[in-house]
Amino acid sequence: MAEITPGGGNRPPPNLLHQATAGKVPGVITATTEQLFAMARKSSLWTLSFGLACCAIEMISTYMAHYDFDRFGVVTWPSPRQSDVMIVAGTVVKKMADPIRLLYDQMPDPKWVIAMGSCATNGGPYYRSYSVVMGVDHIVPVDVYVPGCPPRPEALLYGIIKLQEKIMQDAVDGGGTG
Amino acid sequence: MTEASSKIAAAGEPMEMLLNMGPQHPSTHGVFRMVLQVDGEKILDSEPHIGYLHRGSEKLCEGEQYHQVITLFDRMDYIANFNNEMVYCMAVEKLMGLTVPERAEYVRVILCELNRIASHLLFVATMGLDAGAMTPSMICFRGRERVQALFEAVSGARMMHNYFRVGGIKEDLPENFGEMVGELLPLLRADVEESDKLLTFNEIFLARLKNVGAISTEDALDYGFTGPCLRACGVDYDLRKAQPYSVYDRFEFDVPVGLDGDCWDRHYVRVQEMYESLKIVEQALEQMAEGNIASSLGRRLIRPPKGEVYVRAENPRGELGVYLVSDGTDKPYRLKVRPPSFCNLSAIRHLLRNTWIADSVVILGSLDIVLGEVDR
Amino acid sequence: MRLTVAEQDNVQPAASTQAEATQAEATQAEATQAEATQAEATQAEVSAQPDLSGLAAPARELLNRLELALANFHPQVAALQDLPQVTVMSADLAKVCRVLKDDPGISASQLMCLACVDYEEYFQLVYMLHSIDPEGTMVIKADVTYDQPKAPSVASVWRAADWYEREAHDLFGVVFEGHPDLAPLLLYEGFEGFPGRKEFPFHEYQEF
Repeated sequence: MAEITPGGGNRPPPNLLHQATAGKVPGVITATTEQLFAMARKSSLWTLSFGLACCAIEMISTYMAHYDFDRFGVVTWPSPRQSDVMIVAGTVVKKMADPIRLLYDQMPDPKWVIAMGSCATNGGPYYRSYSVVMGVDHIVPVDVYVPGCPPRPEALLYGIIKLQEKIMQDAVDGGGTG
Repeated sequence: MTEASSKIAAAGEPMEMLLNMGPQHPSTHGVFRMVLQVDGEKILDSEPHIGYLHRGSEKLCEGEQYHQVITLFDRMDYIANFNNEMVYCMAVEKLMGLTVPERAEYVRVILCELNRIASHLLFVATMGLDAGAMTPSMICFRGRERVQALFEAVSGARMMHNYFRVGGIKEDLPENFGEMVGELLPLLRADVEESDKLLTFNEIFLARLKNVGAISTEDALDYGFTGPCLRACGVDYDLRKAQPYSVYDRFEFDVPVGLDGDCWDRHYVRVQEMYESLKIVEQALEQMAEGNIASSLGRRLIRPPKGEVYVRAENPRGELGVYLVSDGTDKPYRLKVRPPSFCNLSAIRHLLRNTWIADSVVILGSLDIVLGEVDR
Repeated sequence: MRLTVAEQDNVQPAASTQAEATQAEATQAEATQAEATQAEATQAEVSAQPDLSGLAAPARELLNRLELALANFHPQVAALQDLPQVTVMSADLAKVCRVLKDDPGISASQLMCLACVDYEEYFQLVYMLHSIDPEGTMVIKADVTYDQPKAPSVASVWRAADWYEREAHDLFGVVFEGHPDLAPLLLYEGFEGFPGRKEFPFHEYQEF
């Protein structure tokens, strides 16, 4: 068996490889597999259709024709088993805490959580209530907080864009969630 | 057929099992949970569970000043925000003996009726989705966006307006309000008509909804049904006609009623109500004159006199009542809300008995519940 | 209607004069200052009844019918703004509600609302009843003690009462005797305390 030498066979010669990694060859990009996967992930975020309260109405509005969440590859999905993102849209009360944790645990890795609205962020107008959890981050780790009561659909779109940026940045930094 | 299943079939024993729906289920319209006892596809009995959105609003109202309570009312029935604010403001006004300036009353009526249309549009959208129709939901949400854009121009918020005040409204309408509503109404009417034509007499839709989830008038009254759910049973009772509040006695409109009290009738009544609401908005816009928008007494930190009051009004989902007890301080002593969806939902066990699992979704959808109001 | 008129004929003379006095004796919970003065006033002068000026003619008529129908139960009539209001003993609640529902002149077909109010020394149960034909809304009130809050259930009269009573049991701890199942409705199993009561504090920020 002949010894494989650099530049032999169909491999590019070393100098060309060097040029490609420097980004000097048109039409060729280089990336780590992490980054490639992240690019795929961020372009096809399936969210768990999971409306809790008032914010859910604005979330539905975002999915509908006028704002059209599909443009970002965001598709709503009723089952946690096939979802990537959980949008916690509304007040989290203590009775609902266990089901939310269960839903989060059922989602496959990698997974992300968006806390939509002030209730999911920190209790919002119900911060003095006996039955409201002071933010969903007491139950599940949150990646993006979207402020507002309820946030406008544009704000939720911006939150998704921020999440996409975060997914890409995590791939570069080597950090991850889940 | 496997050996085991053939044995069971041969024995002829009922295969009863418990099926859990919710609190996270796409067709429960929020966080409602029900445990169904089923035999095959047939529902023998069911146990509804609520409280997954119990935020303690009534208790919180006791710790807020009278004007601050309005924000909590916005979030109770979060699809009909203006209507909720109106009932609360009416309750405090009645306690204080305030009269609301006429212009403010007209503004309230216009916004409430538009909100009723927006709320019913959401109902039609979800009803279509529950029955398997996707297109009407897109059309209905297009209409909703239009209404919400107007609300935003008026109050600054798409949903949580906080616009009504005790004794009037927060600030006057934008100058071009008349033109905005004038532009909106034909478009809105087109949206309502389009979704109506697509859905209401559609053959599949009729097959899914007609004679499903019917309730007799006696049972409906017994369960405390109000609003469209009660009118679907043929009871001609609308608070706007029976005990006209605000300026509702100045408008001509009909009260649509159903015949059988089934899911389709509940849908039909709501669709017809949208046309009536459009009529009311048109008349109110014509009659509205310039003038004061708020009573000067309502502007300050209000301390209603000691006493109690019960006020109710016709909301999109039924009759919203507010029982307010004041002890003369700047905060309500007790505030009890009579939520229409709470009563309508309490009949779900009765409605689901001896129906099919597939029908349970449309039956629940036809009640048009808002969990924020059921659980408060 | 004929039945209730006949009843009223038998009972009315005795009831109208002694109703308030017996009511004041019978309920220990009504030991508050305000009510004591009210009881004195009613004892002193029968006509010094609460202000009924807010009632319109149909509501006043309804109040008269209520007083006739409930003559057996020592009703205390008053006005809640524009609504007729009747206060009865909490032990009679189920019977009172049954009478109001069956009486053809009142036919309170709907229980609109059941509110429980915590007045710190006692609880007040407020029933909003509604009839479609003849149209009218009425308020029934009954006091229950703070230490042992219990009242007969009216779930057998209106099925709407089922959830309302469970809610009042959840938030205030009022026990409704004869209710089929007083399981927690709004709260979860194991919640400690009755959050509707005044003694239950507002929460500050806390870890969950």
